[in-house]
Amino acid sequence: MEYVQQLVNGISVGSIYALIALGYTMVYGIVKLINFAHGDVFMVGSFVGFYSITVLHLPFVAALLVSMVVCAIFGMLIERIAYKPLRNATRIAALITAIGVSLLIEYGFIYVRGAQLEAYPRDVLPDFKINLFGAEIESQAILILGVSIALMILLQFIVHKTKMGKSMRAVSYDAEAAQLMGINVNRTISYTFAIGSALAGAAGVIFGVYYTKIEPLMGIIPGLKAFVAAVLGGIGILPGAMVGGLLLGVIESFVSAIGFSLWRDGAAFIVLILILVFMPSGLFGKNRREKV
Amino acid sequence: MLSIEDVQVFYGNIRALEGVSLHVKQGEIVTLIGANGAGKSTLLKTVSGLLKPKKGRVLLEGKEIGGKAAQLIVKKGISHVPEGRRVFANMTVEENLQLGAYLRKDKEGLKQDYEKVYSLFPRLLERLKQQAGTLSGGEQQMLAMGRALMAKPRLLLLDEPSMGLAPLLVKTIFRIIEEINQAGTTILLVEQNAHLALSIAQRAYVMETGRIVLSGTSDELTSSDQVKMAYLGGH
Amino acid sequence: MAFLKKVGFFWGGIVVSLVIFAVVQFLLSNGTLDLFYENTLVYMAINIILAVSLHLIIGITGQFSIGHAGFLAVGAYASAIITMKLELPFPLALLVGGIVAALAGFVIGFPSLRLRGDYLAIATLGFGEIVRIAFLNVDYVGGASGMMVEHFTTWPWVFGCMLVTILVILNFTRSTHGRACISIREDETAADAMGINTTYYKVLAFMIGAFFAGVAGGLFAHNFYIIQPSNFGFLKSFDILIFVVLGGLGSLSGAVISAILLTVISAFLQDYPETRMIIYSLVLIIVMLYRPRGLMGTKEITSLFSRKKKSKGGAKDGQSETVA
Repeated sequence: MEYVQQLVNGISVGSIYALIALGYTMVYGIVKLINFAHGDVFMVGSFVGFYSITVLHLPFVAALLVSMVVCAIFGMLIERIAYKPLRNATRIAALITAIGVSLLIEYGFIYVRGAQLEAYPRDVLPDFKINLFGAEIESQAILILGVSIALMILLQFIVHKTKMGKSMRAVSYDAEAAQLMGINVNRTISYTFAIGSALAGAAGVIFGVYYTKIEPLMGIIPGLKAFVAAVLGGIGILPGAMVGGLLLGVIESFVSAIGFSLWRDGAAFIVLILILVFMPSGLFGKNRREKV
Repeated sequence: MLSIEDVQVFYGNIRALEGVSLHVKQGEIVTLIGANGAGKSTLLKTVSGLLKPKKGRVLLEGKEIGGKAAQLIVKKGISHVPEGRRVFANMTVEENLQLGAYLRKDKEGLKQDYEKVYSLFPRLLERLKQQAGTLSGGEQQMLAMGRALMAKPRLLLLDEPSMGLAPLLVKTIFRIIEEINQAGTTILLVEQNAHLALSIAQRAYVMETGRIVLSGTSDELTSSDQVKMAYLGGH
Repeated sequence: MAFLKKVGFFWGGIVVSLVIFAVVQFLLSNGTLDLFYENTLVYMAINIILAVSLHLIIGITGQFSIGHAGFLAVGAYASAIITMKLELPFPLALLVGGIVAALAGFVIGFPSLRLRGDYLAIATLGFGEIVRIAFLNVDYVGGASGMMVEHFTTWPWVFGCMLVTILVILNFTRSTHGRACISIREDETAADAMGINTTYYKVLAFMIGAFFAGVAGGLFAHNFYIIQPSNFGFLKSFDILIFVVLGGLGSLSGAVISAILLTVISAFLQDYPETRMIIYSLVLIIVMLYRPRGLMGTKEITSLFSRKKKSKGGAKDGQSETVA
C-alpha cells in the first residue's frame, strides 16, 4: 500500500512539474529560449496567491485566477523588456540574459520583502482524506490533480481550436511563413509567454496549498525539474511536457520510497543526462538530425 | 499595380539587390527569370515585407509599402507563396488553409473562397484532415498556393512553384496559375524554368547578380538570342 | 619582428606578474595588508583560475558549460581527502584534485559530443547538481555538515597556480590544438569536415578546463577551513560563468579582468548578498543587451597596445587577437 501512496504523491508533485513544464516547452518551442526565469514566475504566482488569500481574503479559486492574471502580465513584461531585444542575438546571449533575469527576480524579491518563509493557510480548502486501496489520499492531492487536468484540457483547447493557438503553433513551426499569413509574430510570442506564465502562476498557488511553505527561492529547483520534464517529454511538445512532468514526479517518489530520499533531487538530473545522451528528442519527439 | 523603384537590399554587408526597378500592371502575369543567386527570391521577400529595402521604394497602387511589416502587407492584398512551399507540416491541410485566412473576418466571402480553393485543387479537399507534412511535394505546392489564395490577394507572388515536381505536375500547377490569373489575381512569378514561365507570362524580366539585365514581353524575350543562349538551352 | 614582439609580451607579462607578486608578498609580510585584503587576494586568484579554465571551455571551444562548480567541488573534496584523511602533503593534494576533476571533465565531456548549445548547458548544469547531491550523500566526507579542512592555501601558492594556469591555457590556445578548438567554436560542422577530430578536442578542452578548476578547488578547500556541498551549488557556477561572459567570450584577459573586478565588488558587498546578486544580474542583462560579446569581445588586452602599430604593420597581428 506504501506504493499506492507513493504513486499518489508522485502524481501530485508531477502535475505541478507538468504545469510549469508546459510554459517552458511552449516558450522554447516558439523562441528557442530556455526561459530560466520561468521558475521565478512560479514563485511570484505562489506569493500572489498567498497574499490574495491572507490579505484580500479571497477564496481559493479567485486567488488562483488573480495569480494567473498577474503572472501572465509579468511573463509578458519579462519577454518585452529582456528577451525581445535579443530576438536575433546568439543563443548563448539569450540564455545568459535569462539567467540574469532569473537572478534579478529572485534577489529583487528578497530585497523588497525579505527572504523569510510564509505558510499558506491550510483552511482555504476542505481537508479530508479518502481511502483508496488502503492508501490515504488527501483532498489536496485530488485538488492538485483536478486543477492541473482542467488547465491542461483548457490549454489543449486553446492551442488546437482557437485562432490564437493556431497562430502560436504556426509561429513555432516557421515564424517567417507565419508572417506571410498575416500573423503578428511579436504579439503571438507575447501570448505564448502570457499563457505559459499563467500556468506557472497556477502551479505556484497549488504548490502553496499542498506544501504550505513558500519562500523567494522556491522556484529554482521546481523550475529546473520542470525543464527536465519538458526535455523528457520532448521539448516543444505539449503532451510531452505533461507526461514528462507526471513521470518525473513518480520517479522521484519511488526513489524516495526505496530509501534514497536524499537522492530525490539528484534523480531528476540523472534522468536529464540519460535522456539527453540517449534520447535527445525526448519520449514524444521525432529524431531530427541537424541540417547542414 | 506594383512598382519597384531602384530598390537595394543588403544581407549584412553584402548587397543582394543593386538597384532593381520593375512594375506589374493589374491583371498581368509577370515573370522574373534568372540563375540561382540572382536575387529573385530576395526581391519577392522585399515586396512581401520579409526583408527591408535599404534604398528605393516599393509602391502598391502608388502607396509606399517598402519596409512595412510582412503581416501588414498581407492585409494590403499581397500574398507570397515562398520558395520551398513552407507549409505548416505539423498541422492539417484544413488548419493550413485557415491560417491562410488568418486576417479575414467576412464569413460569407470565406466560405466562397474555401469552395474556390477546393475546386482549383480537388486534391486538398480529399486530404483535409491529413497532416500537411505527409503530403507529396505537388500536393504541398497546391496547399501553399491555396493557403495564399485564402487571404484573397490582389497580387500573388509565386516563388519557384515548379521546384522539385514531376513534369506532369508542373504542367498542372502552371495551368492552375493561369486559371488564378484569369479569375482576376495579378501574378508575379519567379521561375528557373524559363521556358514554362515565358509561356504563360505576358511580360518578363531577367535578373543577374542583383540586377535586371533584360526586360520585355514574353515573345520578345523568347526570341532574344541572349535569353535563348542563357536560359532556354540554346535552341 | 612579430616573433620578437610576441616573446616581448610573454616575458613582459611574466616580469609584470612577478613584480605584482613580490610587491603584494612584501605588503602582506610587513602587515600593511591585513587579513581581509589577503583573503580577497587569495579569493581573487582562485576566481581567476576558475575564470580562465572556464574560458577555455566556453570562450575558446564554444562548449556552453554552466556546471563548472561541479569540477570545483570534485577538486575541493578530492584534495581535502588527500590532506585530511590520507594525511599526504598539500602540493600532492592540489595535483590529485586537478586530476580527479579532469576525470570528471572526461565524463561530462562525453555528453557534449552529442549535445549542443542550450542542451549541453542544461546537461552540465545537471552534472553540477548531481555532484553536489552526491557529496551531500557521502558520509565519508561529512554529508551536509561538510568536512573540516586545514588552512594551507597561502598567497604564494595561489599566485603560482594562477600563473601556471594562465600560461598553460594561453599556450594551448596559441598552439595548433587551440586553433582546432577555435574552429569548433566558429563552426563545428565545418571543423569536422576539415578533418579536425572534434570529439577529441571537445573532450580535451573539458579535461584541461576541469583540471584547473579542480586545482582551484584544492586551493579553495584549504583556504576556508570547512567545505560543504552548499558551497558548490549552481549559483557558484553562475558566478564563474559571469566572469567569462562579462569579460568577453573568447578573451582570456577579459576573463581575468572581470574576475578581478567582480571579486573586489563582492568583497565590499559581502554583508549585502542580495544587493550583490542584484548588481550581478543587472550587469549581466545590460551587458547582454548592449554588448553581447562581453566587455572585451574576443580581443585581448595586448591588442590595445599593438593597435597603433597594426594600422601600419599589416594584418598579421589580427590573428593573435582572435586566437588568444
